[in-house]
Amino acid sequence: MTDASIQTTKTETGEAGFGDYFALLKPRVMSLVVFTALVGLLVAPVGVNPIVGLASILFIAVGGGASGALNMWWDADIDRKMKRTLTRPIPSGKVEEGEAFAIGITLSVMAVVMLGLAANLMAAALLAFTIFFYVVIYTMWLKRWTPQNIVIGGAAGAFPPMIGWAVATGGISIESVLMFALTFAWTPPHFWALALFTKGDYANAGVPMLTVTHGRKATRNHILGYTFALAAVAIALGLTSVGGPTYMVIALVLNAMFIKGAWDVFRRTDADSEADSHKAERGLFKLSLAYLFLHYGALLVEASLKPFGLGGWG
Amino acid sequence: MVIKAEHEMHKRRFSRNIGLGLVLVGFVALVYGLTVAKVGELYQPEAASEASQ
Repeated sequence: MTDASIQTTKTETGEAGFGDYFALLKPRVMSLVVFTALVGLLVAPVGVNPIVGLASILFIAVGGGASGALNMWWDADIDRKMKRTLTRPIPSGKVEEGEAFAIGITLSVMAVVMLGLAANLMAAALLAFTIFFYVVIYTMWLKRWTPQNIVIGGAAGAFPPMIGWAVATGGISIESVLMFALTFAWTPPHFWALALFTKGDYANAGVPMLTVTHGRKATRNHILGYTFALAAVAIALGLTSVGGPTYMVIALVLNAMFIKGAWDVFRRTDADSEADSHKAERGLFKLSLAYLFLHYGALLVEASLKPFGLGGWG
Repeated sequence: MVIKAEHEMHKRRFSRNIGLGLVLVGFVALVYGLTVAKVGELYQPEAASEASQ
């Protein structure tokens, strides 16, 4: 690079630091991926060598991060139009679009190949499908086309526990499908509760959000509908081999609270919501954060009790 | 423009080099650990006895 080329770069420095590349991998999303994949791996009935387990979780995280980088590459145009995303590495000018694409593709291939070598082909195939689903089906195709984009995007985020389970068992089972369904059904009420009390600028960017396309009342209805589906999945998961009394008590309490919260949100008008600064919507969003963490945490508790003859349904 | 010996750009480049270096060292260590774990699994007594049968 010559001095002349430095002068023509878009940013003040024209050079990305390591942190900028790391931000490209969406670290916050990666933390959810790591946690749920780890639970999927640890609750499986087959033990895994700790180094193989650690490496597998890392490769799943890298695969998730790589799909985040490809998402930022494709969505760079709309990220420049929204306040929330203006500080991301590409819109802020720290990382070039081509660089993000190259990093995303390279890490995707590397993560899938390495997971296949470290664990098994099923886990690698699931990771490859997750990346494909998030980047092609969600980001490139459906995100800008349907207000159900959150539901579809949620599916991509729901795969990691299935991959973790596949690392240990080499297959798919009712337990791993229900763990997928738990995150899948949780995502819409979680995100739409947030959408009800934040003023996103998705409309400016041409992304159809349910609150804009179908209105806030329809969004409240959808939240309640998905909450019932979520409760059914959460209880069903408790009846499988990874559930048990501890999980079931936690699930019953949390789902009762979540249904109550969704019901309150469903019954309110926008005027009620404005009057108390969206108290019920904020409450439901906060509860949703604890909800997912505690459900997966309860599965871990059940698994950790099993060596002592406790945990599970005996 | 005042030419500084240490520009912000150099700091970013340095952080990138150090970060990438650490990632590569970590990756090598991980592959080494994986190799030891995988080879170790092949030579466990159970696996050895199964293989001999």
